[in-house]
Amino acid sequence: MTFDGIVLSPEDLRAVVRTVGAVVLTTVGVILSVAYLTYAERKIIGYMQARLGPNRVGRWGLLQPFADVFKLLSKEPVIPDAASRAVFVGAPLLVLTPALAAWAVIPFAPHTAIAPINAGLLYLLALTSLGVYGVILAGWASNSRYALLGAMRSAAQIVSYEIAMGFALVGVLMAAGTLDLGHLVARQAPNILHWYVIPLLPLFFVYFISAVAETNRAPFDVVEGESEIVAGFHVEYSGVMFAMFFLAEYANMILVSTLAATLFLGGWASPFAGLPWGLLAAPGFFWLALKVMILLFCFLWFRATFPRFRYDQIMRLGWKVFVPLTIVWISLEGVALWYRVGPWFAR
Amino acid sequence: MTAAHLLVEGVFGFFATVLVVSALGVVVARNPVHAALFLILSFFNAAVLWVLLGAEFLGIVLVLVYVGAVMVLLLFVVMMLDIDLAVIRRGFVRHAPLAATVALLLAFEIGYVFWARHLGLVSLAPPLRPGALPNTRALGLRLYRDDLYPFEIAGFLLLVGVVAAIVLTLVHREGVRRQDPATQVRVDPARRIRLVDPFPKGTTGKNGEES
Repeated sequence: MTFDGIVLSPEDLRAVVRTVGAVVLTTVGVILSVAYLTYAERKIIGYMQARLGPNRVGRWGLLQPFADVFKLLSKEPVIPDAASRAVFVGAPLLVLTPALAAWAVIPFAPHTAIAPINAGLLYLLALTSLGVYGVILAGWASNSRYALLGAMRSAAQIVSYEIAMGFALVGVLMAAGTLDLGHLVARQAPNILHWYVIPLLPLFFVYFISAVAETNRAPFDVVEGESEIVAGFHVEYSGVMFAMFFLAEYANMILVSTLAATLFLGGWASPFAGLPWGLLAAPGFFWLALKVMILLFCFLWFRATFPRFRYDQIMRLGWKVFVPLTIVWISLEGVALWYRVGPWFAR
Repeated sequence: MTAAHLLVEGVFGFFATVLVVSALGVVVARNPVHAALFLILSFFNAAVLWVLLGAEFLGIVLVLVYVGAVMVLLLFVVMMLDIDLAVIRRGFVRHAPLAATVALLLAFEIGYVFWARHLGLVSLAPPLRPGALPNTRALGLRLYRDDLYPFEIAGFLLLVGVVAAIVLTLVHREGVRRQDPATQVRVDPARRIRLVDPFPKGTTGKNGEES
């Protein structure tokens, strides 16, 4: 195809079609996962509390998420009178967009990522640090005291835990020597002993707990502490816009779980790799999905188990426990790298 | 011209336009929070332009540091300000001539630099594109191998700055009751709880009945 000397080769067209297809597929996949994560949450916490959970819509309540979505979509979006309208409407978009855009660099299977850029980890760090804007702006634009208080708590919490999280990622970076997520997983692929969770176990815990705090999930959910500030930053939101906040929160949960699985638990690599077990030892998307599900189960388990942290306790854990812990472990890792300890640090 | 070239030109044009418009927005916006938001938008667009130049590491770091950290804290401060917009605009007419003079002078200086051929800016080579070496690696080698000492000295100066800032703002207050988690964890239940017999000798627990 040519017009005015512009050459659009069939290869270019095919690449465009393939990329758009992959983006749509990933987005739909994430949204469907969010739908069934909410179902899983209600079922699992239900059973943990000796209840049945949703069981009316569809067999075993399997269509409940769709009923919820239709309910939210058909509700009237209310915008408070004194709200800053443009910012109020834009805030949910600002939360949702980074939560979806971050999936571009995730390696789903060997050599399978939408955009395998060589600064993938940095891109993820940059994008996940943007979600806080939607929260702050939602709180400010609502022109409501509860919302503003929730936004303040959220911003302080996310900024604090981002530091511990970043240091945990630095540990992985040092071990892998690459920012490219595809290479990072490939280095862990040979067998289960190569997974970075083994040399970096404390950093894995720091990362995962910080991830719970970053996504504002229980027990770090002072941001929407119902008993104190009603629902925090999204107290004034309803209908579609509330659904978008909800979607973003759960998409972020899946994202940080996927990241933990990718960085520390070998991503798409099989735990039985290196053993002569045929299909069980083969890498693939299945293993990534399984690891992500286990981590997500922990998220739900925490919510059913722990009472909410007090605000000062959250800050103390982030700044006085996690940050020093990561710094100590990174120094130790530097020594291990120098002496090329084990299969992880041998170059 | 290939499609890829056209795409790059189009992307550049779009993001450059948004950059200029949002930079104007920073100055023009009445509400300080809106101004801060425009500033964030212009950082973003600048980052995209850097990525287009092949400096993807710098572009992402711009977003990570300025958008992800610095602007969050700035937005915090701006949101907490209780600004009466009428008071700010009161002196507008009085200061307008001076402001216009400064603006014109600046515009003239910028124009002079751009159009003056004798300054030699026109003959400057375009920025070097790191060929086969990935951007991140090239920067890392430069910072941690070639220019290690200046880099470390800069880092040390920043550390001194951090310590100085903390010391300057550190306030010791008397009479603050703080919790010590260590002592809380080490509490001995035997010293805190006294088990009391609810049925003292001679009673069964039923109302006033003697056994």
